Amino acid sequence: MVGITSYGAYIPRYRIDRGIVYKAMGWLNPGTFMPGEKAVANFDEDSITMAVAAGINCLQGMDRGKIDALYFATTTSPYKERQSAEIIATAFNLRADIRTADFTGSIKSGTTSLLSALDALKAGSAKNAMVCTADCRIGKPGSAQEEIFGDGAAALTVGEGNVIASFVDSCSVSYDFVDHWRADGQTFDRQWEDRFIRDVGYAKFIMEAISGLAKKCKLDVKDIAKVAYPCLYEGDHKSIGKKLGLNPEQIQDHMVSNVGYTGTASPLMMLVAALEDAKPGDNIVVASFGNGSDALLFKVTDEIEKVKGKRRGIKKHLAMRRELKNYEKFISFRNVLPVDKGIRGEIMGATAISELWRSRRQILALCGSRCKACGTPQFPSQKICVNPDCKTMDQMEDYPFSDKRGTLFTYTADLLAFSLNPPAIYGFVDFKGGGRYWFDITDADQEAVKVDMPVEMSFRKKYVDEEKGVHGYFWKAIPVLE
Amino acid sequence: MAEGIKDKVAIIGMGCTRFGERWDAGSEDLMVEAFKETIEDAGIDRKEIQAAWFGSCFDSVNVGLSAAPLSLALKLPFLPVTRVENFCATGSEALRGAAYAVASGAYDICLALGCEKLKDTGYGGLPDMATMMGVKNRLIMPGLTAPGGFAMMATRYFAKYGIDPQEGKKILAKISIKSHKNGAKNPKAHLRREVTEEQVLKAPMIAWPLGLFDCCGVSDGAAAAIVCRADLAKNFRPDPVYIKALQIAISSGEELMYTDWDGTYVKTAVHAAARAYKEAGINNPREEISMMEVHDCFSITELVTYEDLQISPRGKAGNDVRDGFYDLDGKIPCQPDGGLKCFGHPIGASGLRMMYEMYKQLQGKAGERQIKYPRIGLTHNMGGFPAMNLISVCIAGLK
Repeated sequence: MVGITSYGAYIPRYRIDRGIVYKAMGWLNPGTFMPGEKAVANFDEDSITMAVAAGINCLQGMDRGKIDALYFATTTSPYKERQSAEIIATAFNLRADIRTADFTGSIKSGTTSLLSALDALKAGSAKNAMVCTADCRIGKPGSAQEEIFGDGAAALTVGEGNVIASFVDSCSVSYDFVDHWRADGQTFDRQWEDRFIRDVGYAKFIMEAISGLAKKCKLDVKDIAKVAYPCLYEGDHKSIGKKLGLNPEQIQDHMVSNVGYTGTASPLMMLVAALEDAKPGDNIVVASFGNGSDALLFKVTDEIEKVKGKRRGIKKHLAMRRELKNYEKFISFRNVLPVDKGIRGEIMGATAISELWRSRRQILALCGSRCKACGTPQFPSQKICVNPDCKTMDQMEDYPFSDKRGTLFTYTADLLAFSLNPPAIYGFVDFKGGGRYWFDITDADQEAVKVDMPVEMSFRKKYVDEEKGVHGYFWKAIPVLE
Repeated sequence: MAEGIKDKVAIIGMGCTRFGERWDAGSEDLMVEAFKETIEDAGIDRKEIQAAWFGSCFDSVNVGLSAAPLSLALKLPFLPVTRVENFCATGSEALRGAAYAVASGAYDICLALGCEKLKDTGYGGLPDMATMMGVKNRLIMPGLTAPGGFAMMATRYFAKYGIDPQEGKKILAKISIKSHKNGAKNPKAHLRREVTEEQVLKAPMIAWPLGLFDCCGVSDGAAAAIVCRADLAKNFRPDPVYIKALQIAISSGEELMYTDWDGTYVKTAVHAAARAYKEAGINNPREEISMMEVHDCFSITELVTYEDLQISPRGKAGNDVRDGFYDLDGKIPCQPDGGLKCFGHPIGASGLRMMYEMYKQLQGKAGERQIKYPRIGLTHNMGGFPAMNLISVCIAGLK
């Protein structure tokens, strides 16, 4: 039996009220008003970092050494060439002899990557595969997309044993339907007329895929516990459900009103939310939209009880919410508004790619070393033990810190250091079990930061060298969530 | 312990430029300004100089690499010149090189000169820290600045000793107020205005809990010394100053990567000071030291340095600050010239600038700032951050 073995999700903590966006830009395009709020990735977050956050959530308590494929789906990869899945796999400290791939180009690629992972299991080329999907799409100021797009991520592992939801079947439709597009080199999404999208594509393709799936599986809609499909238009989302013969309680919340439309990540985020509430025996259908649609049917097993409530998933992330009250800050985070970084913020030495390669596990996976003689964990990896009473030479073993919690030994909030979200807060982390290093602290309000407070590690963008096109990633400390 | 260099080397001449925003002067101008005063003070012919040590830290905005800029600026042809760089202790490192060379017997007379032009960077504060720490650190170091690095020590100091941050800031303010008071009396200082407690406490925040007046400035300057064999010193002047100790200590990483350091002091300073006291034969620094110039890059640095140098008991430096122990008319005046607080911190020059003040004070030539009966002066430099740094401690005195 092939199916989902674990799930995780990520929603950035910043939420902006759409009223703030509308107040800033509604003069240009009064018809854009939408109610609710949307999730905004912090200045140091992008699709890769959000995928890592969701993935860590999903991998909790699992043996990472057993993952033998990692697929990443997004339309907002920071690189055109350089695979994001490999950066993510390294951040998870996965084995090197695995298959990785980026699925991109269409916002339905999240479900497509999941289908490909399931196919790999069925074909026997992987025993455990992981799918991460994230999007951080940028709407042009004043556009409807600016209001509807939200940022988020979801991750699933699929395998053969301990399945929490078994995969039953799928139905896909593919069309070169151009509802929206973004050409090479363009930052902003463009779209065709709403009525065309709605009447010719959105309502039709989702219906086609879901109905096709039901027919294929001889499934009565009454027997489906939850149907999840993305929402482009609130009214039409409802009418699709009605046309499918679903009761409102059978329709999974689309999260547009509180997270926003998360593109590629949207269907899998809804699937995670559905699994959080699922009971053994439930049928769950998830469908995507974008140049067609994929619909997948899962049947929840007894194993669900072992995972339920043990992931931050959607619910806990929804609760961890901080308001972003500033439109200009929001568009500065997305680099839409060019801001003065000062000379200090502009100075950018070249990244030594060869050093990044040598130290990739330290930098991307936060893997340090532990002295075999005295057991002291240390970061970064040392050749000679840093314990002054030990100093044993060349007796180190790998020691990962990314999953270790710690306490904040000391900190400061620095207004001289350049940060897109000043003040730059940083401090020392004393890790539980040993080890100390200094880290930037993110997702923290200065007033809430205290000496000795518990912290955990989060994979973040460390810098962007725009001139050379290099995105640097490293780990930062964040207040312990939950 | 090896026998050390106590009283083997004497300083027979020193010079120091006015520190400040020297828009009028390039590195060459500053070097010549300091050098001219130095050889005039020593009363020697420049031909008598046998070797030189040149301290400079940020080559990119300064003079460029190698020792050549010193020879080129001062027209000292064909001498052996060594360029040294040890972060903020660069000036002291240059003096150490010159003094050790004389002590070794290799030379009779050497020059140490430090110079830095920070105002050509185009912004306040020191250049990006991560770029100075090598390619790997660039990829993993937090976005640290110098004030932030030291602010973390203040945060921990307040937490450890249960000091309310507002109360802590008041203690720190007294340190800055004292230095400004001294600096106002010094024509070579960059900042020559006294400040009030209200000004210090209400100043803009730089890195919490350190505000503007908790931080030293950025400036340009140069300072130099001529050292010679102690037995030759009186041939040059009646009042030479003798070097009693020159010690340097550097972190091995244990503060940053091991968890036994409590973050409220500077480990290397404790080691450097202990070695310097031993070399100089000082048993009770609180009784024997006459005055100090310490590395007051930030007010918190000066506070913990009082404790690291074994002058104030641990956690109690604040009491000595309140009692005026370190004031110009106190038991051990600290920063009689105004310190980095008023001079700013042209990295390569600072260590020699500190020694310049000790030298003038010991000779009784400090004018309005002159302290009574000085016998032993101590200078202390610190480069890097409290968690990863290098310290120099120099002790000089009359014979």
